[in-house]
Amino acid sequence: MEDFWAGALWALKVWLYLIIGLIMVPAMFGFSLGISETYMNILVKTLEWATLKIQRAHADEQTLKASSSNGLIQREGGSMEKELEELRRSRPKPPVGGDFTFSDCFYFTRRGIESIVEDEVTQRFSSEELVSWNLLTRTNNHFRYISLKLTLVYGLGIIVRYCILAPLRITLACIGLTWLVIGTSAVGLLPNGRIKSWLSEWVHVMCYRICARGLSATIRYHNRENKPQKGGICVANHTSPIDIVILCNDGGYAMVGQVHGGLMGVLQRAMVRSCPHIWFERAEMKDRHLVTKRLRDHVNDKTKLPILIFPEGTCVNNTSVMMFKKGSFEIGGTIYPVAIKYDPKFGDAFWNSSKYSMVSYLLRMMTSWALVCNVWYLPAMHQKEGEDAVQFANRVKSAIAHQGGLLDLQW
Amino acid sequence: MGSRASTLLREEEIEEIKKETGFSHSQITRLYSRFTSLDKGENGTLSREDFQRIPELAINPLGDRIINAFFPEGEDQVNFRGFMRTLAHFRPIEDNEKNKNQAASEPLNSRTNKLLFAFRLYDLDRDDKISRDELLQVLRMMVGVNISDEQLGSIADRTIQEADTNGDNSISFNEFIKVLEKVDVEQKMSIRFLH
Repeated sequence: MEDFWAGALWALKVWLYLIIGLIMVPAMFGFSLGISETYMNILVKTLEWATLKIQRAHADEQTLKASSSNGLIQREGGSMEKELEELRRSRPKPPVGGDFTFSDCFYFTRRGIESIVEDEVTQRFSSEELVSWNLLTRTNNHFRYISLKLTLVYGLGIIVRYCILAPLRITLACIGLTWLVIGTSAVGLLPNGRIKSWLSEWVHVMCYRICARGLSATIRYHNRENKPQKGGICVANHTSPIDIVILCNDGGYAMVGQVHGGLMGVLQRAMVRSCPHIWFERAEMKDRHLVTKRLRDHVNDKTKLPILIFPEGTCVNNTSVMMFKKGSFEIGGTIYPVAIKYDPKFGDAFWNSSKYSMVSYLLRMMTSWALVCNVWYLPAMHQKEGEDAVQFANRVKSAIAHQGGLLDLQW
Repeated sequence: MGSRASTLLREEEIEEIKKETGFSHSQITRLYSRFTSLDKGENGTLSREDFQRIPELAINPLGDRIINAFFPEGEDQVNFRGFMRTLAHFRPIEDNEKNKNQAASEPLNSRTNKLLFAFRLYDLDRDDKISRDELLQVLRMMVGVNISDEQLGSIADRTIQEADTNGDNSISFNEFIKVLEKVDVEQKMSIRFLH
C-alpha cells in the first residue's frame, strides 16, 4: 500500500514537472516548442482521412446532393409581388383596385411553413451542423457505421481525449487561474505607476496564455496593426466566454460585466486590484445612465486599457452576427471591431447556455480535439456626422460579419 | 448530449411516419431535431408559444392560422406525429406517386389535401363553409389597415360571387376546388425538402 502511494506521488511529481517545463514556461514567455503544431498536424491529417472515408461511403447513397447548403429545405427566391401575380394569372384582372383571390394565401402559407421548418434566427442558437463528421460523439447527428477502421480511430480518439488530453488541460486551467489570482493580487500591492501597468498586463497575458494552452487553442491573429489602443472600445462577436481568453492572449483589455459570487467573484476582485476593470453590481446595471457614465469615464482616461464589449448581448453559434445593442455605440469613443471565427472541425465552441452549465461547457471544451480560431482586427471606426447609434452599430456589425465570413442577420 | 435527438425516436416510429407521410429516413431525423429544438419545455410536444417564438412566423399575416392548423380540434399540444402529418401536406408531388392508385387513402400531399389545408385556413369554425365573415377576417389580416371596411366588404362580396355556384353566399369545399382549378397548387403549396 505504502509503495503504491509513494509511486503515485512520484508519478504526479513527474507529471507536474513535465507540464510546467514543456507547456507552462513556453506559454508564459510566448514561444512554442512545436508540440502543439505536431499535434495539430496529426489531427488535421486524421480528420481529412476520416472525411474521405465517409464521403466515399456516402457517394452511392447520394441522389440529391446539395453540396454547399446544409439546410433542410430549398427556399424559392421570389418576391411577394411576383408570386402573387403568378398565382392570380389564371384570373382576369378586376376593373377597380384592390384584388384578392383565394390562392393568395398559398404564398403566405408556404413561407410560414418554411419558417417553421427552418428559420434564420432560432437555428443560430443551437450548434452548427457539420457537413462531415469530425469523430466526436457530440456531433454525431446522422452519421452511421461506415467501416471498422473508422470506428477504431473514433474509439482511439475517445481514449486520447478523455484520458490524456482532458486531465492535462484541466491541470493547466487550474494552474492558469490560480496564477492569475495570485499574480494580480501581488501586482495590486505595488503603487500605481507605469511599472504596475506593465507588470499587470504581463501577468494577465501570461495567465491567459496558460489558459489557452489549457484548451489547446491555436489562435491566428490577422491585421495586428489595427489592434485596439488605450482609451478605445473593442467590439467583437460573441460565441462563448472563451472569447475573452482568445482576445486577451494578445494584449490587455478592461472587462465589463456583472459582479458574480463564488469563483468568478474571486477572479474579478483579484483582477481589479491590478488594473481597472469595470464590474457592475446587479442593481447598477438597470440604470443605463450610470452604466454609460462609468464607461465614458473609463474611455476618456487615455491611460486605461481598451474596454472589451460584446454588443450581441448573448452567445450565438458563430455562423452569423445578430443585432448589436446600441448602448456601447452611444459612449462616444473610438470603436475597434474584431471578428472571431472558430473552426468547427476541431470542436464546437458555442456555449448553449440553456442546455449546458458553465462547468459542463468547459469540460466539453476540454474534451474536444482542439480550439482553432481566427481573429481579425478591423480598422478603427468612428460615428459619422448625422449617423445615429443604431446605424453606426449596424455598420460595425456588417464589417465584422463580412470579415469573419459570417451571415449578417437583420434580426 | 447533442445526439439525444435521434436516439429518442425509435426505428419503428420512423418507419410508421415514413409510411404515413412519405418523408425519407434522413428527412424525418432532421425534422425531429428541428422539433426538439423548438420544444423549449422538453416535454415531447409543441405548444402555440413554441411556434410563436419564430420571428419570421410572427410577422407572417397568416401566422396564427398556420400555427392553428397544426393543433387538432380543441387541443393545445402537438406531438411529433401530428407535426409531421401537417408538414407532409407540403411535400412535393413526385411523378411516381401520381401513378400510385392502389393506396386506400389519398397521400397527405395530394392536390386535394393541399387544397383542403388552405380551405381550413379560411374556414375557422370548421363548418366546411367559408362564410362572408370568415373571408373578411382573412382579408383584414392580409391587407392590413389602409383599406376601408366598405372596400374590404366589396372585395369579399366580389370574391364570393365569383366562386359561389349554388347561391348560398358561402363557399363550400367543392366550390373552392373549382375556382382554383387553373392554379398550379402542386408547385405553389410545396416545399422542396433536401436529402
